Amino acid sequence: MALVEIRDVYKSFQRDTQRIDVFTGLTIDMEAGSFTALMGPSGSGKSTLLNLIAGLDKPTSGVVRVAGAEVSAMSPGELAAWRARNIGFVFQSFNLLPVLTAYQNVELPLLLTHLSGKERVERVRIALDVVGLGDRGDHYPRQLSGGQEQRTAIARAIVADPTVILLDEPTGQLDAKSSQEVLTLLQRLNKEFNKTIVIVTHDAHAAERAKMTLHLEKGDLVEKRAAVSGAAR
Amino acid sequence: MKYWHLVTANLRRHKLRTALTILSVALALFLFASLRSVVTTLHTNSQFGGARRLVAMNKTGIVFILPVSYANKIKGLRGVRSVSWANWFGGKYGENARDFFPKFAIDPESYLGMYPEIKLPEDQKQAFLRERTAALVGKGIADKFGWKVDQNITIQGTIFPGDWTFTIRGIYEPSDPAIGDNVMFFHHEYFDERLGHAGIAGWFVVEINNADSAAAVAKEIDDQFQNSSAATKTGTEKEFQAGFATMLGNVSLLMGAIGTAVVFAILLITANAMMMSASERTGEVAVMKTIGFSNRTVFTLVLVEAGVIALAGAVIGLGVAKGFYPLIKFQGFGFLPGFNVTPLTMLWGLLLALGLMLASGLVPAMRAARLPIIQALRRVE
Repeated sequence: MALVEIRDVYKSFQRDTQRIDVFTGLTIDMEAGSFTALMGPSGSGKSTLLNLIAGLDKPTSGVVRVAGAEVSAMSPGELAAWRARNIGFVFQSFNLLPVLTAYQNVELPLLLTHLSGKERVERVRIALDVVGLGDRGDHYPRQLSGGQEQRTAIARAIVADPTVILLDEPTGQLDAKSSQEVLTLLQRLNKEFNKTIVIVTHDAHAAERAKMTLHLEKGDLVEKRAAVSGAAR
Repeated sequence: MKYWHLVTANLRRHKLRTALTILSVALALFLFASLRSVVTTLHTNSQFGGARRLVAMNKTGIVFILPVSYANKIKGLRGVRSVSWANWFGGKYGENARDFFPKFAIDPESYLGMYPEIKLPEDQKQAFLRERTAALVGKGIADKFGWKVDQNITIQGTIFPGDWTFTIRGIYEPSDPAIGDNVMFFHHEYFDERLGHAGIAGWFVVEINNADSAAAVAKEIDDQFQNSSAATKTGTEKEFQAGFATMLGNVSLLMGAIGTAVVFAILLITANAMMMSASERTGEVAVMKTIGFSNRTVFTLVLVEAGVIALAGAVIGLGVAKGFYPLIKFQGFGFLPGFNVTPLTMLWGLLLALGLMLASGLVPAMRAARLPIIQALRRVE
């Protein structure tokens, strides 16, 4: 059974009097431990799909299931608790809380768990070490570079050991060097820690790092391409 | 509370704005405590009065005088033990209007006999009684002006013009705060002499044998002078004080109305600051919800933030009111002896702060809790 199951999903938005159909019966499976890149032009539904998987949005009809849980049927309260346990989300513009240090930002998801203060400290330390920012915990976001901010956001996404890590154009605001660092980190998380990763990107080089690329156009899956051996460096 | 650092971090986001909001709450609660204390002090003082003391004043009003010769007629009535009389004497000491204190011309022996609440050493009392130009002053004003026994002081008359020089022969301390420790008493005889033996009294204090006969004696006094040029209105001392309080009550009503308006205006400012603060963080709230923070947790965090501001303001505002007035020995320029911010006023202040927290925090907290994540993220992404 796939870890992420998108079954016959319809999604439409109402804009003024006009109805916009984003998905008309989309069906996709993503396996546990996969590293999937979602590509496609603007308006193809990449981010909407990510939001559906994260339970941030609901399909008009159809089923979204993650690790056996029917996300599309959950109440807002259930979704919040479910997201805290199962989803790590990384945004294009980092979205770190500016009033908190890197350490405190990474600790945020752990505040929603029953972990003790000592256990939280240990988990945050490990997450920051994994992203190579072990010595930057007491820095505020404004004191970090763009790449460091995004790595902090990734540490925040992995710290609670979620089922799936979702990234919405994580390299969109980074320079080439920082982009490579972030992508290398994602590959490492996938390979070494067997994390299931879904990344939305416009960047073909970024998509090359994934094991699987799904190409969407106007809400339809038009291409599904596995990385050739060795491409996912 | 593991979320506490989130609350404090947000309060530190705009330190100046947070400080000003706290100060505005503090000011609102300081005003509330002050105005309510005016009302409670007036009420407390209106309860002052011996059960066996009546006060007879001009039926037309307290500012109208009575002939001092009424004293003998009242004294002759059945059930009356003794009679004393007094006159309000305006006058000022020094140039500062804030240095005002009440001054009364009294018939010393009968007056002090009727008011055991005025406590002073026996030798000072005798010295005061002996000397026509002697003055008896409260410890509060003696301390304020650095007056000592045997010192001469000059009062500039306002209602009764001229320089009036007195020698302080006694300093009293009241056993009942309603008497006030900021009053000056002097001999009515001296007052009368300076006025060319006008023979006037502001009011009479009548001590009766039996508290139960107060109404009957009061009626008898009023009947006695019903057809004279200056009819009297007699009641218990409590009623007399209550009459004063009612007169000042209109002022306190006005002050209360102004105070309420100020508190309400400050409430709006606080609510506005809280809403601005919350709306600035729309994106951050959306991020927190994406991470898994529930609507309830987000609601609580925003409300606690408002609560911290309200509580800090309350502690400062109520604390200053509680500490400041005793420090400056405030007695409402003589009109509010025993002025005190009571524990009940403090409790009401805290309840007001709680209301302030709910009023200013509820709307932004609900907005944050109901914030749709996707729309909010679109605005920041």
